[in-house]
Amino acid sequence: MDSAVPIVEMTGISISFPGVKALDGVDFRMFPGEVHSLMGENGAGKSTLIKALTGVYPIDAGSILLAGQPLLVTGPADSQRAGISTVYQEVNLLTNLSVAENILLGREPRRFGGIHWKEMRERAAAILHRLHLDIDPGSLLGSHSLAVQQLVAIARALDVNAKVLILDEPTSSLDVDEVAELFRVITALKREGVAILFVSHFLDQVYEIADRLTVLRNGSLVGEYRTKEILRIELVHKMIGKDIAVLTDLDTKTRNAVAETTTTIPYLAAVGLGRKGSIDPLDFAIAEGEVVGLAGLLGSGRTELARILSGIDKPDTGELKIEGRTQRLRTARMALKRRIAYSSEDRKREGIIEDLTVRDNIVLALQADRGWFRRIPRRRQDELAASYISALGIRPANPEALVRNLSGGNQQKVLLARWLAIAPRLLILDEPTRGIDVGAKAEIQRLVSNLAEEGMSVVYISAELEEVLRLSHRIVVMRDRKKVADLENDDVTVGQVMTLIASGADE
Amino acid sequence: MNTPQDPKNALASPLASRTGSLVHAAVRSRLVWPAVALIALLVTNVVKSPNFLSIRIQDGHLFGSLIDILRNGAPIVLVALGMTLVIATRGIDLSVGAVVAISGAFALSIIGGSDNPNSMGVVLGAVAASLVFALVLGAWNGLLIAVFGIQPIIATLILMTAGRGIAMLITEGQILTVSSAPYKVIGGGYWFALPASIIIAAALFALVAILTRKTALGMLIESVGINPEASRLAGVSSRVIIFMVYTFSAVCAAIAGLMISSNITAADANSAGLWIEMDAILAVVLGGTSLAGGRYSLTGTLIGAFVIQTLTTTVYSIGIAPEITLVFKALVVIAVVLLQAPRTRAGFARLRSRKGPSVPSAPREKAIVR
Ligand SMILES: Nc1ncnc2c1ncn2[C@@H]1O[C@H](COP(=O)(O)OP(=O)(O)OP(=O)(O)O)[C@@H](O)[C@H]1O
Ligand SMILES: [Mg+2]
Repeated sequence: MDSAVPIVEMTGISISFPGVKALDGVDFRMFPGEVHSLMGENGAGKSTLIKALTGVYPIDAGSILLAGQPLLVTGPADSQRAGISTVYQEVNLLTNLSVAENILLGREPRRFGGIHWKEMRERAAAILHRLHLDIDPGSLLGSHSLAVQQLVAIARALDVNAKVLILDEPTSSLDVDEVAELFRVITALKREGVAILFVSHFLDQVYEIADRLTVLRNGSLVGEYRTKEILRIELVHKMIGKDIAVLTDLDTKTRNAVAETTTTIPYLAAVGLGRKGSIDPLDFAIAEGEVVGLAGLLGSGRTELARILSGIDKPDTGELKIEGRTQRLRTARMALKRRIAYSSEDRKREGIIEDLTVRDNIVLALQADRGWFRRIPRRRQDELAASYISALGIRPANPEALVRNLSGGNQQKVLLARWLAIAPRLLILDEPTRGIDVGAKAEIQRLVSNLAEEGMSVVYISAELEEVLRLSHRIVVMRDRKKVADLENDDVTVGQVMTLIASGADE
Repeated sequence: MNTPQDPKNALASPLASRTGSLVHAAVRSRLVWPAVALIALLVTNVVKSPNFLSIRIQDGHLFGSLIDILRNGAPIVLVALGMTLVIATRGIDLSVGAVVAISGAFALSIIGGSDNPNSMGVVLGAVAASLVFALVLGAWNGLLIAVFGIQPIIATLILMTAGRGIAMLITEGQILTVSSAPYKVIGGGYWFALPASIIIAAALFALVAILTRKTALGMLIESVGINPEASRLAGVSSRVIIFMVYTFSAVCAAIAGLMISSNITAADANSAGLWIEMDAILAVVLGGTSLAGGRYSLTGTLIGAFVIQTLTTTVYSIGIAPEITLVFKALVVIAVVLLQAPRTRAGFARLRSRKGPSVPSAPREKAIVR
């Protein structure tokens, strides 16, 4: 296929931000009818390369050709007109508009000078149907989960008949089924000759869908490879530039942790905890130092349970005991006072404070707990920031950088640092490794299991079942807003959990 | 912490943060246009009347046009100070003008109704009573907004309209004139050769600057303004913070009201503090704090307030016809705001990058990305 003419050809692309050379002479090309994956660690420059292509960032050096012609675009709308349709990493839709409006914003079907609402609904429904997404196009976008919002963003990109489709980490909050639907659509587009750029930190997905890979490291090009011709281990090596003993090491370590049985005194126990329209009454318990994995499909009630346990949403029924004493957690603040922290899956809306610095973001929860008057001494703040920057490998390692300028994965690490900084007794992690690269993912999982060994209880929610199984002592399976299974994790397989998720076990 | 940073300059290299020079340049860049406007206005005045900058000492007091600007600007500085914190939380306070009228009327009615208007005790009591009244009014705003979740513009609109009525009730529809020497000091007197109002405004300004920086208040206010939901989940008691900023804003307005009524030794329920909310909001915006909340700059507000005050003075001194005063004011404001706009700034950055080393502009896909 190398004889074919590339539709996109970027040569010698360089972009720098003050203090950071985000891209340094990178070459990148895409062919019609091919899926091309951009690979690299957090902050390698993947999203920046995409934004160079779509004109969001002007380039300092290099050239961009689209179908052999120099491409001169100055932003998303412009590049879309040129035939490049993009789903950016941070879903940036308008939650107070309907799903249909979000899909067709700027391209609304018109009639008599006004918007043709009926056609709008129908067209939106047709696109949603292509993704097998069964939601009402008239419903408010904000009422849907992050995964659905991500699918809507994808639907929006599919609506234009583009020559080039760019998907920057489109699957980061999707479950297996949605990923499968997306891949079906991608395969169909591929057959129509569309060139697709796919970014993901999930190697399985990359190996399943990509024909070609380009690896970036620290803003420089490492190389371009055919997926068929490169082994995973080689690929990871090229991405992180060092050996990957780290990764294999983790497996044995956590397995050992799982083998040990922990204390039997529950740290937190909920009886008949429920909330109308959110989860059906259920029992839930977690012991000190225990890691409980919450598995279930999108909308199964995982996040809802987490939000109730962490005081964000109030339960209508049931009772919550912490260390044997009945407690009512009416706000996130009250839960945090008891050292129960919830790390949201939606880091942009419910996590980071974009315009504050990395340091401010890391100390925020700790500071909020102490109250506004007792400021954490600046020296202590600097120490905290420095220690988490190095423990989690936050890059750039500058505590004064604004979080909005960090790459997606690095923002996620900052968020984790915020919760770890309060030394939680119970840490509820909702998709904590979303958008985080392979190396850092292993690092974070190790950190979590170490902390659990030291007595921290962890509720771990992730669409990645392998990850859940690897880390958890116990697995709670949710389906249709009910708890359907609660099993000790001794040699439970992904297959078994999948079956439970899909069909449930009658208790 | 409370200096606006240009996002694209914020990722300063370790080297730069060591010297602090790059960061400083970035901080200044936002304030550069309001500062230029201020200087241009001052220069205009100097051209018009060459001894504009001269300051004389007479009876041990400082006199001069600059002193006048500072003194007359003190109420705007105070109101804008409170407004800055309110705006940083994504709010707005339209009721400050009404609070100005109420506090002046309340203090004067107490003093006027007493046996001895010239007694220091009476004046101090009246001032304290006014400030407490303002505290209650601010708490009312805070309650509506922080507890009942009413939109700030609506919540403060209630007091904006009702407040003048309250002031009218206090003055019984009259213009209250009271002569009280101790009271006169607040707006018209001198301390250490300087007008007392300048010292009061400077002291409060310094207090806020220190308080927001030495405590975590500044950071928490910005956090609530940037992302209220994420702040709530991080345990920030946004209600307390929002309540506090509205209460504080009312207190600032009340002090401004005392100054104004003291300066003219009269309380006019209809015209005291009229349009001062607009001047204050303009001062904040000119100073580079976004109405969308978040990062704020007290220094910017200070410059903004003096731009507004100097503008008012200039309009008189260069003899612009009263009918077009407002238009002239509006033109200056439009010019500064346009020069500060992200698009314009991105444009300048691109111009610069053609010549010198390039600075990529901030992403332009704010609202929606397609
Ligand atoms: N607007 C910006 N201002 C300053 N620095 C930026 C900006 N955007 C990106 N960077 C920096 O450029 C580098 C590359 O970031 P980029 O977002 O391209 O990474 P990425 O490969 O997409 O990472 P991830 O896997 O975490 O999404 C990072 O060091 C980031 O901090
Ligand atoms: Mg990215």
